[in-house]
Amino acid sequence: MKIAVCVVVAPSTDTKVKIGADGKTIDMSDVKLELNAYDEFAIEEALRLKESTGDGEVVLFSVGSPATIKEEIRKGLARGADRAVILDTDTTQLDSSAVAALLTGEIKAFEPEIIFMGKQSVDYDSAQVPSQVAAAMGWPVVTKVSSLAIEGGAFRAEREIEGGVEVVEGTLPAVISAEKGLNEPRYPSLKGIMAAKKKPMEEKAAEAPAPVLVIDCLELPPPRPEGKIVGEGPEAAAKVVELLRNEAKVI
Amino acid sequence: MEPYQGVDYMDLDTLLTEEERMIRDTTREWVSARVIPIIEEHYRAGTFPDELIPEMAEMGLLGANLDGYGCAGLGAVAYGLIMQELERGDSGLRSFVSVQGALCMWPIHTYGSEEQKQKWLPGMANGTKIGCFGLTEPDFGSNPTGMITRAEDKGDHYLLNGAKMWITNGCISDVAIVWAKLDGRVMGFLVEKGTPGFSTRRQGHKMSLRASVTSELILQDVKIPKENLLPGTESIHMKGPLSCLTQARYGIAWGAIGAGMACYDEALSYGKERIQFGRPIAQFQLFQRKLAEMITEITKGFLLNLQVGRLKEQGKAHPSHVSMAKRNGCYWGLWIAREARDMLGANGITDEYVVMRHMCNLESVKTYEGTHDIHTLIIGHRVTGLPAFEG
Ligand SMILES: Cc1cc2nc3c(=O)[nH]c(=O)nc-3n(C[C@H](O)[C@H](O)[C@H](O)COP(=O)(O)OP(=O)(O)OC[C@H]3O[C@@H](n4cnc5c(N)ncnc54)[C@H](O)[C@@H]3O)c2cc1C
Repeated sequence: MKIAVCVVVAPSTDTKVKIGADGKTIDMSDVKLELNAYDEFAIEEALRLKESTGDGEVVLFSVGSPATIKEEIRKGLARGADRAVILDTDTTQLDSSAVAALLTGEIKAFEPEIIFMGKQSVDYDSAQVPSQVAAAMGWPVVTKVSSLAIEGGAFRAEREIEGGVEVVEGTLPAVISAEKGLNEPRYPSLKGIMAAKKKPMEEKAAEAPAPVLVIDCLELPPPRPEGKIVGEGPEAAAKVVELLRNEAKVI
Repeated sequence: MEPYQGVDYMDLDTLLTEEERMIRDTTREWVSARVIPIIEEHYRAGTFPDELIPEMAEMGLLGANLDGYGCAGLGAVAYGLIMQELERGDSGLRSFVSVQGALCMWPIHTYGSEEQKQKWLPGMANGTKIGCFGLTEPDFGSNPTGMITRAEDKGDHYLLNGAKMWITNGCISDVAIVWAKLDGRVMGFLVEKGTPGFSTRRQGHKMSLRASVTSELILQDVKIPKENLLPGTESIHMKGPLSCLTQARYGIAWGAIGAGMACYDEALSYGKERIQFGRPIAQFQLFQRKLAEMITEITKGFLLNLQVGRLKEQGKAHPSHVSMAKRNGCYWGLWIAREARDMLGANGITDEYVVMRHMCNLESVKTYEGTHDIHTLIIGHRVTGLPAFEG
């Protein structure tokens, strides 16, 4: 089975975000980059699918500048993906639609039966790319999948929704976006890491379409006001209740 | 809390290959996710976390620097970085991997017959077979050449008699590499678990390396088949066991610095948060001096280990180079742990923090595989040409 996985290299989840001097972009100078956390579930699911079908190819697709993302993409190869394609483009102006258009253009030529991705990338959190790629492919999409079974061209996906689980069934081809907990991603083995060096990583110059959304400005949330201590022990309870009712207006 | 990011004061990462960094990072993440959450409990109970063995094997951490037989075939530096990260978790875990890989798999790989390699190495690499290394005896520690354990050639078998002490992994081993004298020459024998006359006893009440199994090996008229002699050790006498120690000591050098990194990291974050006299204690000059000395020694220790590793990769490392790295790593690792323990005040003596566990562990690490003083003498011998320990 041919399996495509779209991955993005994003700031590590414990980054303290700083806004750039232009007020519109994130200052990337001290930011540590990582394979997007949700994409790890997507890669793992793709590898398991390949392993269960016994043959096939898992190909990673990513949009970005090879110099900054190559090392992280290689970690996906170390886990077991067969090869990677990096669409080399200037990412400063990219919006979700441009990313989706670039990915779709490249993935079409690969003719996969299924496309996996993370439910969102942990930078701008738009969660648009899975649906937009699916739309461009003319395929169904199931987003935020927390459990997936595939058999003979049919799939059964579970998504966690408010107060319950939604079960979605369909047939391939399809786009699946991964929620945390879809699986437990493996650690790359030392042999996998050594083999990754020899796996193909193609870099292709790509022209991104003009964005349809432009970021006007970015602002950090205001710092949280300092807490106040109203007293100690049981005597303080009445005062806390009063403040919750009248000041915070939450009860 | 932020995940542990390692300690790198001056872009030392640029001295590593992409592959080496990836191997280091993978081990680091695994240690953070799988070791750190459970290690304190094992330490308290005095148990080895054997539930981690299959995972380490799966990743390829056992005998990682050996070629073939299911091993990953890593270079010396990548291997060293694994040891550094494992010991950032706990010295007991690193000890297990050192004994399995450097003290058991390495001699079988280097001195074993093809049959011995086929029989043991794949199982040891995949973690289903565990090994131990029996050199030290109750009366012979720093001076193993004096060992009492004997092997006799009985024609169709060897007969082994003696006792070994302080043997890491002893009770949990499927095979022990026992060093014994045959006609006055030291040789290595593979003694399998369950062989009549061979028994092990757990040594209890350790206040150090508690998450590691330490045992006595007792050999009473143990008959072992002729094919269990490691043929390559037949005519090299003490060079047999000492060459194994050189392998393991190299990993210890990295590991001890890794433990130091864990202590530095904890002392630094504690110091930034703990307020006394109205400011973070990390703002006081005396506190900063300690941090400055710690990070300097970590940086120097790393560079020393790295250079020994690169020499090893070129086949140019001398055992006395390894002695310098082992001695230095353990000395400063322990020094850093002690300082860090102090910097955490009363909290530093509890097991909610890692510093005291590392501090206690490093007392063993400084002692085993050649004490600090013995390595001093090895370096002294190298520079003067005059051996201090031979009369
Ligand atoms: C937790 C743990 C695990 C171990 N695991 C193993 C294992 O798996 N396999 C194994 O074979 N052994 C193992 N050992 C044993 C270890 O290698 C020995 O303890 C070590 O070599 C020191 O020997 P000793 O304890 O007999 O001390 P001694 O040799 O009695 O030394 C005592 C002191 O005298 C000093 N000293 C000795 N000779 C000289 C000299 N010539 N000049 C100056 N000072 C000297 C030493 O430096 C030391 O300070 C382990 C030990 C520990 C604590």
